[in-house]
Amino acid sequence: MSDRINEKIQNYRTAPFDARFPNTNQTRNCYQNYLDFHRCNKALSAKQQDPAPCEWYRRVYTSLCPMGWVQRWDEQLEEGSFAGRI
Amino acid sequence: MAHPSQLGFQDAASPVMEELLHFHDHTLMIVFLISTLVLYIIMAMVTTKLTNKFILDSQEIEIIWTLLPALILILIALPSLRILYLMDEVNDPHLTVKALGHQWYWSYEYTDYNNFGFDSYMVPTQDLTPGQFRLLDVDHRMVIPTESPVRVLITADDVLHSWAVPSLGIKMDAVPGRLNQTAFIVSRPGIYYGQCSEICGANHSFMPVVVEAIPLKHFENWSTLMLENS
Repeated sequence: MSDRINEKIQNYRTAPFDARFPNTNQTRNCYQNYLDFHRCNKALSAKQQDPAPCEWYRRVYTSLCPMGWVQRWDEQLEEGSFAGRI
Repeated sequence: MAHPSQLGFQDAASPVMEELLHFHDHTLMIVFLISTLVLYIIMAMVTTKLTNKFILDSQEIEIIWTLLPALILILIALPSLRILYLMDEVNDPHLTVKALGHQWYWSYEYTDYNNFGFDSYMVPTQDLTPGQFRLLDVDHRMVIPTESPVRVLITADDVLHSWAVPSLGIKMDAVPGRLNQTAFIVSRPGIYYGQCSEICGANHSFMPVVVEAIPLKHFENWSTLMLENS
């Protein structure tokens, strides 16, 4: 299973079509992948597992989210003022 | 790009815009035919000495001028819906670019592989070099590869803007806090111009959009070069 994920990450070109967000408004697509990356990291680290599969979420949110948004959220995470549940 | 005294659309540079062009031709022809017919009837009515004070009703012509408009509307609606659904197709983009509207310039981000972005300011009129277009040319164009599905995510940093490129058939609002997606394929290499299409302050007319489409191999060279220089 992790081979398939690794292959997907290696062949990554750009964020693929996500059926959960089929419409014009992709705000939630970006935000959800950002959340999922951090949740994945937190969950896998808690179980002492390799967080390599989380890389997929990082690639997707990096492709979709404006750099300014990511920077702001990262700063908020560091400060502890990030509003999302991770 | 637009020409002085231009009446029609700019030449299409994407398949969707070609479809829209043909649909417009089809619908405009219907409009011209109906207008000509109506004008002719008006002229005929106004310039005749014959009168008939006893016309009451006529079943046949009532049927004709009910069914014919319905048929014409269907003839317009079918291609229209076809194009609507065509534009809504699921696409599998090869590249994602983000266009951010600011007061008063656009910035473009290419973050699929590296965190790479740049600003795109209009060239001021006094700084134009010979051959450049006034109020249209910018210092850094948004470069994309030809014949590749490209996804553009549009947002704004401050107030509402709108990212428009008429020859690609694209216009999408740039809303702060929202990421609007549009996709296109550029059929041929070239430089395509557009202008901000949502009033955004003093220099709303002076933040143009310029898309440069080049073959994939050259695009790869360009992005490598830009990364090294940034």
